[in-house]
Amino acid sequence: MWDSSMTTLIVQGTFETLYMTLASTLLAYIIGLPMGVLLVTSDSEGIVPMTLLNKTLNIVVNITRSIPFLILLIAVIPLTRLITGTTIGSTATIVPLVIAAAPFIARLVESSIKEVDYGIIEASLSMGASPMQVVTKVMIPEAKPSLIIGAAIATTTILGYSAMAGIVGGGGLGDIAIRFGYYRYETGMMVITVILLVLIVQLFQEVGMKIAQKQDRRK
Amino acid sequence: MILLFKFVDRRRVRNIETKKTSQKPIIEIKALGKTFRPKSGEVKALEGINLSINQGDIYGIIGMSGAGKSTLVRCINLLEKPTSGSVFIDGQDISKITEKELRTVRYSVGMIFQQFNLLMQRTAEKNILFPLEIAGVDKETAKKRTAELLELVGLPDKAKAYPSQLSGGQKQRIAIARALANNPKILLCDEATSALDPSTTNSILKLLKEINQKLGITIVIITHEMSVVEQICSHVAIIDKSKIAEDGEVEDIFRNPKTEIAKKMIFSEGDQGSVIMGRNTYRVVFDEKSSSDSVIAKMVLETKCLVNILHADMKNIDGFAFGQMVIQLPEDELSVARAVHYLRSHQITVEEVGTHVG
Repeated sequence: MWDSSMTTLIVQGTFETLYMTLASTLLAYIIGLPMGVLLVTSDSEGIVPMTLLNKTLNIVVNITRSIPFLILLIAVIPLTRLITGTTIGSTATIVPLVIAAAPFIARLVESSIKEVDYGIIEASLSMGASPMQVVTKVMIPEAKPSLIIGAAIATTTILGYSAMAGIVGGGGLGDIAIRFGYYRYETGMMVITVILLVLIVQLFQEVGMKIAQKQDRRK
Repeated sequence: MILLFKFVDRRRVRNIETKKTSQKPIIEIKALGKTFRPKSGEVKALEGINLSINQGDIYGIIGMSGAGKSTLVRCINLLEKPTSGSVFIDGQDISKITEKELRTVRYSVGMIFQQFNLLMQRTAEKNILFPLEIAGVDKETAKKRTAELLELVGLPDKAKAYPSQLSGGQKQRIAIARALANNPKILLCDEATSALDPSTTNSILKLLKEINQKLGITIVIITHEMSVVEQICSHVAIIDKSKIAEDGEVEDIFRNPKTEIAKKMIFSEGDQGSVIMGRNTYRVVFDEKSSSDSVIAKMVLETKCLVNILHADMKNIDGFAFGQMVIQLPEDELSVARAVHYLRSHQITVEEVGTHVG
């Protein structure tokens, strides 16, 4: 059953998975990071309290997070077609991945930033820092180790989601696992894709932890 | 007795010379009030506060925990927005200006904290650079200023160290350097020495005094320790139950505390645990009129009444000893009467106390 076309398939699948995961993570951070920061700063105890914005953000985040990814994947198909012009393949999968991951990332960012000692923020305010300066010079740099750990968690979660997109022909290793391993009972193929997914998760997690540790000056 | 006085004196010697301060208030607080409104009810943290702090003063604000002193210091740079009243910095009512103008005012009001609040992800040097970045000072000037400040606080070799590699005292020195970066006119200290051991506390207080004298910066010190006020403050305000109980020059307040809380703060310093007393115990209070001679020793000699000193706490202010002493007198009533009479005739306040003194 094994031939070179299978190898090509696996290699291609691996690259598709990495492409989907990394592109989605990047795009999801572009949306999720500011959302997470706003969740902290607009809080009633935050540096710029904005109750309405805070409540709205919280509701949006909670709703998006409570929809199972598989349902979201199908529900946003019209939007996916509008943005990418197609509904299958890895580029198309990026759209639902970003929608699902951004609110999750917002929560991760929120909790990382909340770990920063309020005393440090108060001190920077006492020196005349503007809210924007507090965010860019205090909150984010001080939360850096924790943000990096969060990014590793986000990346691996998105990787897991991307595999699920195989159900609707999303491309990548998940797609291969479903088409060959599930529909055609090719157990060997299934095992190989799973092993590769595990290895990629390990890699992201380890690299993330190492960088976070190196960046942490608190001890 | 003399020995006791000497011992206490040496420990508590204060520098009495008052520095000439120009009589222009740099901080003026008028009818200030702050009420917190958490979901459950209302908490009045400050009420009707009036304070005027002159240029060049080292002004102590002292009170028990929960008295509102930390809220008060935060009202001076508006980290807490007062619910009523106004705060003037250098004649400008800062409760009426925009956020942007307030930020500029804050460049000239440095602040240090009990927990130092250094940026943990930045080196000492970069921490001092931080307020200069905030104020938009050009890199060249900022770098020079940072080096100067590290020199001023005596830590030029720690430029590249992260806060986690520094001791408490070193962290506070870096925090002081950081607070001074933008050449402030005022330095606010919120329990700045409370997390430090006694000898480090002394060195930090010395540094603050030096800064005050060399740079002429007005310093406001929030503390719960009378010894801090004694060591470096020129003026003091005693805050109790959200109000100012008493304020004025340190010597005046120490010499003649009028309110209960002031007496309590001044006389019971260091007396944390209560002393268990037997019968016939008396509290002897020394003030300006008394205590220049070894009164107790003379009393023992003259009345032949043997005295047991259970507790003494004296301070030397302006060459006079102030403080209190708790003594136990013998059982027999006659000698007690003689002793009490002797002390009273020397204008010393004597009162019988219960079974414990706190």
